[in-house]
Amino acid sequence: MTSVNETNEPSRRAVLKAGVGGLGAAMLPSMAEPAHAAGPATAPSAVGGGAAGGIGAALKRVEGPLKVRGAATYAFEWPVENPAYLYPLLSTIASGRITAVDAGDALAEPGVIGVLTHMNAPRLAWAEEPEVAVLQSDKVAYHGQIVGAVIADSIETARYAAGLVKLEYATEPVDVDLRADRDDLRKPEHAQGFGQLPGDLMNGSPADTTVGDFAAGMASAVHRVDATYTTPVQHHNPMEPHAAVATWTDDEITLYCGSQGVSTPQELLTRAFGLQPGRLRLISPYVGGAFGSKDFSALWGTVALMGAQLVPGRPVKLAFTRQQMFTLVGHRPASIQRVQLGADAAGKLVAISHDAVQETAKAKQYAEQTVQASRSMYAAPGRRTSTRIALLDVPVPTIMRGPGEATGMFALEPAMDELAVKLGMDPIELRLRNEPETHPETGQPFSSRHLAKCFEEGARRFGWKHRDKKPRARRKDGWLIGTGVAAATYPSPRLPGSTASARLDKNGRYTVRIAAADIGTGTWTTLAQIAAEALGVPLDRVTLQIGDSAYPRASSGGFSSGMNSWGTTIYAAARALHTALDENGGSVPPEGLQVTVGMPDDPKLKQYEFGSYGAQFAEVRVHEDTGEVRVPRLLGVFDVGRVINPVTARSQLLGGMTWGLSMTLHEETAIDHRYGNFVNNDLGGYHFAANADVGSIEVHMLGERDSHINPMGSKGAGEIGIIGTAAAIANAAYDATGIRVRDLPLTLDKLLR
Amino acid sequence: MEQKITLRVDGKERTLTIDARTTLLDALRERLGVTSPKKGCDHGQCGACTVMLDGRRVTSCLVLAVANDGAEVVTAAGLAHGDDLHPVQRSFIAEDAFQCGYCTPGQIVSAVAMLREAEEGWPSVVSEDLDADRVVLDREEIAERMSGNLCRCAAYVNIVSAIEKVARS
Ligand code: FES
Ligand code: FES
Repeated sequence: MTSVNETNEPSRRAVLKAGVGGLGAAMLPSMAEPAHAAGPATAPSAVGGGAAGGIGAALKRVEGPLKVRGAATYAFEWPVENPAYLYPLLSTIASGRITAVDAGDALAEPGVIGVLTHMNAPRLAWAEEPEVAVLQSDKVAYHGQIVGAVIADSIETARYAAGLVKLEYATEPVDVDLRADRDDLRKPEHAQGFGQLPGDLMNGSPADTTVGDFAAGMASAVHRVDATYTTPVQHHNPMEPHAAVATWTDDEITLYCGSQGVSTPQELLTRAFGLQPGRLRLISPYVGGAFGSKDFSALWGTVALMGAQLVPGRPVKLAFTRQQMFTLVGHRPASIQRVQLGADAAGKLVAISHDAVQETAKAKQYAEQTVQASRSMYAAPGRRTSTRIALLDVPVPTIMRGPGEATGMFALEPAMDELAVKLGMDPIELRLRNEPETHPETGQPFSSRHLAKCFEEGARRFGWKHRDKKPRARRKDGWLIGTGVAAATYPSPRLPGSTASARLDKNGRYTVRIAAADIGTGTWTTLAQIAAEALGVPLDRVTLQIGDSAYPRASSGGFSSGMNSWGTTIYAAARALHTALDENGGSVPPEGLQVTVGMPDDPKLKQYEFGSYGAQFAEVRVHEDTGEVRVPRLLGVFDVGRVINPVTARSQLLGGMTWGLSMTLHEETAIDHRYGNFVNNDLGGYHFAANADVGSIEVHMLGERDSHINPMGSKGAGEIGIIGTAAAIANAAYDATGIRVRDLPLTLDKLLR
Repeated sequence: MEQKITLRVDGKERTLTIDARTTLLDALRERLGVTSPKKGCDHGQCGACTVMLDGRRVTSCLVLAVANDGAEVVTAAGLAHGDDLHPVQRSFIAEDAFQCGYCTPGQIVSAVAMLREAEEGWPSVVSEDLDADRVVLDREEIAERMSGNLCRCAAYVNIVSAIEKVARS
């Protein structure tokens, strides 16, 4: 057995004894020190009164000093005594049944505590949900499904013994072919999350929409584009693998994890295990990246809890390997998209259609709003959109940064570029000519839409007017040089279901609690800034507590909804606290004042269309002989409303644009059509942008306040950076080479001629 | 098979008995509770586990602990003296060179070692003159030399700025 020289480790033991609460305090950032001097402490003033360190302050991340030392505690790192380790065993077929299990050799291995398979795993109270349930039957629905788990005293033993478990299968034919001409494509139904929303697609919108007469518009058009674009399967690959430390005792069931929100998996797992509400606690103050992969899928939680049930009281540690992550935490579905545009002689669109075909799992429908941006981006009297899905033997796809629009705008925006070429018109001019006054489908007003200003500002900063009119016109040292542009949009939704508490202590300190998440987005800092602003006090008087299901419930961080949902709720809590203070004659009782408030209803949510906008500019170099593509320069100008923190907002946009570059040039998960497995399932095979792939990236924010969306005036910033980037780069590659690539990624083989 | 080894980790001597299969990364994280280096891939493909081993940067997931009895290991935690952070760490905070922070300890150790390599005149694949005594660390050189450390939050532009500032000073 392992023995450790204990004398060097006093603090860790002390921390361990302090229990969960003490741990939390030891590992969480101090909110007290904004990067610039806080103003004098003042009594609470009106809600929204300009507070030192409030909205707009360029503060450094409060948890920065922890992160640069590696001292922020991620899921697998919570110190626990005498843990057992769980290693999942994945299926090696894509479709069929398990016919025999032989765990004898594994169980005989010293240090092995147990082997779980569908034969002996606990029966779940909710066994039908493929994103939550594991080991409930002999059925195999995709290659790389969890079909067993080994629990052992060490990582090495668990992993080794997993290789000793023998499974036999009865295999059925594999179908992983996504084609637009399949005769079994179907219209998606209730394909969102866990069926909470009405409507067909993931965002609750219908699969098909029609306005006016598309066919008549197309027939009357002077210039037409009819083109098909494809995007491959992509994987999130956050740097932190999905991990958990689970402890199951009579009193409490605890799951340390890394999640985009603790409330959703708490509810899913409570239902799956048939637990009393509140018995299961999830703790996730730091998350090593997520990008959609740590939201819907809760398989990590289920298997970790099953392991913990097997050894009551003993903590069980689980981390998916990088390879396992490719099938256990979702992927961005591949798409085939046809876009048709018709314009009159002056470049006014008369017809738009966008038809998307996408893969999903036989086990569960997941259908993206790939066509959503084509519904709102440009004015045209005749228009329609449609979405169809192919049900295949693949793992359940899920949301991935900019879900829907990230792929959809790789179809609409290159098509607009193709139209501009046909018209002989500047592509920015074409877009400006087709700006809608109101939402082209619903007729509702936009709460704010500064797309034209983004283009104007971007063109000036990028030096757009110096562009050559003809493709393949610029060359330097064997490199063909081109520039391109594209528009970006992403909705700024407010998700239902958040509650926050606000507390004022006798000593004048405020504490705000909400089970929100910081997945690298800066929530620890920005939500505290919002709280300070809402309470009307300097930031150093506010303590923010997030990332724990013991705090009031919060929606997950995704869809660029976090600040909008949580910030609005905190504003409501701040108002209620001020009211409570007034009712108490302005004085704080010895026990303090505390309120807990849910996110208020807002009639404006039904009256306006809310979204962020952007203009993406790219310079691309393509080597004339090798076809190698480089992107020396990206520039984005974004309308994300009022900026809560320019430091963290810029980083989010920078990250989004770099993701856009990465999805354009590199990212593609290949699937073996014989066996249904993802072939390049590690970071060597699945290349995403490394440092040397990235050139200059400039980010600008207009900072215009949206006066309808929420009390902060802010719109979403998490997704908009990735939207339109691929189109801008592909359009620039066309400008450089005269070759139109309509299939991502833009690899060199597609740019040689 | 198990063996007793001694490591000097961030200045402290640590003795442990260890499974021959255990990587240096798992020895640090699971046996010694030193969780500053992170596990991103366990395959030498991401750099999250970067530590300095006897003065050179290595991906500690590819190193077997038993093969390094007596070695000196420095992690990002050991670069700071309590609250007194290393200049590279301060620069990462100032330039917002991270978001989720998971790749960050590896990036920082890698950067500190890389600055030393450049000082010693090691060329990289983008160096014009392979025999130059001095390497000028411009953005291209920094990006190239830091490409073994992946960052999925994609803080690269800020990472290069953070390192460039330290290199200049
Ligand atoms: S964990 Fe060692 S290189 Fe990725
Ligand atoms: S900061 Fe998140 S991976 Fe680099």
